[in-house]
Amino acid sequence: MNPVIKLLLEGGSLSTAQMAQVLNLSEADINRELDQLKKDQILLGWRPVLNLSDERSGTVRAVIEVRLTPERGGGFNRLAERISRFDEVESCYLMSGGYDLLVFVSGASLQQVARFVSEKLSSLEGVLSTATHFMLRSYKEQGFLLETKAEETSRLNVAP
Amino acid sequence: MDTTRYIAKHVINLPRSGIRDFFEIVAKMKDVISLGIGEPDFDTPWHIREAAIYALEKGKTHYTSNLGLIELRREINRYVEKNFHVSYNPENEILVTVGVSEAIDIATRALLNPGDKVMFHQPCYVSYHPSITLAHGEAIPVPTFAKDNFALTAEALQAAWQPGCKLLMLNLPCNPTGGTCNRAQLEAIAKFAVEKELLVLSDEIYSELTFEGEHVSIASLPGMKERTIFLHGFSKAFAMTGWRIGYACGPAPLIEAMMKVHQYSMMCASIISQEGAVEALAHGEEGMKAMREQYHRRRDYIVRRLNEIGLKCHLPRGSFYAFPYVSGTGLSEKDFAVSLLQAERVAMVPGTAFGENGAGFCRACFATSYEQLIEASERIERHVQHLASKKA
Repeated sequence: MNPVIKLLLEGGSLSTAQMAQVLNLSEADINRELDQLKKDQILLGWRPVLNLSDERSGTVRAVIEVRLTPERGGGFNRLAERISRFDEVESCYLMSGGYDLLVFVSGASLQQVARFVSEKLSSLEGVLSTATHFMLRSYKEQGFLLETKAEETSRLNVAP
Repeated sequence: MDTTRYIAKHVINLPRSGIRDFFEIVAKMKDVISLGIGEPDFDTPWHIREAAIYALEKGKTHYTSNLGLIELRREINRYVEKNFHVSYNPENEILVTVGVSEAIDIATRALLNPGDKVMFHQPCYVSYHPSITLAHGEAIPVPTFAKDNFALTAEALQAAWQPGCKLLMLNLPCNPTGGTCNRAQLEAIAKFAVEKELLVLSDEIYSELTFEGEHVSIASLPGMKERTIFLHGFSKAFAMTGWRIGYACGPAPLIEAMMKVHQYSMMCASIISQEGAVEALAHGEEGMKAMREQYHRRRDYIVRRLNEIGLKCHLPRGSFYAFPYVSGTGLSEKDFAVSLLQAERVAMVPGTAFGENGAGFCRACFATSYEQLIEASERIERHVQHLASKKA
């Protein structure tokens, strides 16, 4: 794997200057590498990982199982891409098993998500059925544990 | 009442670990970046912790066989055969111990008669010399040098050898130097051991953390399995220091002798740790390799920085320690470590804590985050520049 990606994954919140130090490259090299990764669509972008279970955030999230009629030539792709373009959709995957698409959506309220499902999603030609599951609580978000206090490091300062 | 007169002579004469002294100073300070730690910064991978919790839930709270759980001994044989190319009978050639430290203790106690001589390379792990003394043996240190990247050479062994030597203790890769031996160097050591009829006690706790070339176990060389006790454990590779779990593999009569000492002093290693160890060997190799990769990158960074700063540092081929020469600053290793701690709050361990051959060096452990390593090297640089400006 590309060393810059590795460092992004394991290094947490290293700055580009710090990454340059660790990899013995210039900061310009790192920036060039990051640009290239974006150009190659390997690095898609940056987003903060937020604790959305916080009530103040007021975000409602749901996961929707969608069954589709496949089309000659394109299979599920045309409909999947069309569904993915809605702002409410955070992620969208083609699945094996009892349904075809798994769609992660979010909205400001229950009503907003419900409206998206009934008005936008279900009404699309080719969508056979939807099953919406609202998320009640999050325990882990993109690798970050929630509701657990950061553990104090209990390592001794000097050890053999 | 003078209670000290009750203490055995060989214990009262035993020096306190130099690490302990340094720890006392560091413990009183705040905001210290410590490169003085001898353990991984990773917590034990969750699947291993979870296996131990499950074992507790299932009521695994009893003694095990003195030798250790047979499932664990089978896993150990599978792992050692695959990675070290030597195989042991789980029934009678493998003993599960409370870390490699206990294995060293019971091996020296089981093998040494009073006055028997034991060769070991130095700088070395802090407990080697005391373990020999506590078993009433005589310690024969053999120096290793920065010019050889702290590999042990057959020439140094030859020069230090005396009549009455019975045992050769090896720790490759080595704490604190990170030095290790390639196959040719090991073959020369093996030849020397055969020639002098030495038994080899090989502590290979850092073997998975070998960054250049392949780790070779002396036990796997032709004719060496019969005269080697192979010691290994889970602390470093699987980030399981607090679990206190390791093992010894060797010829059945020697394992039997060690087992006798173990049986009367320890009974058996903690069953919970043994259950965790089974999981580590069965499913932990991928996680271990990911940790090794990180150590590798951190090593490359810290060694490069130390050399840029002017603290000459060889490339440690294994372990998670850099061992820079600090006396170029005009200070002894102790004075350098203390002044660095006081001026910049960075802790490194003075090399003499690992024996007199560590004079002039400090041990810097790089098992810590990139941010800390970057910050520590900036502080060390400032301190070295400050010392140079004072000298000029």
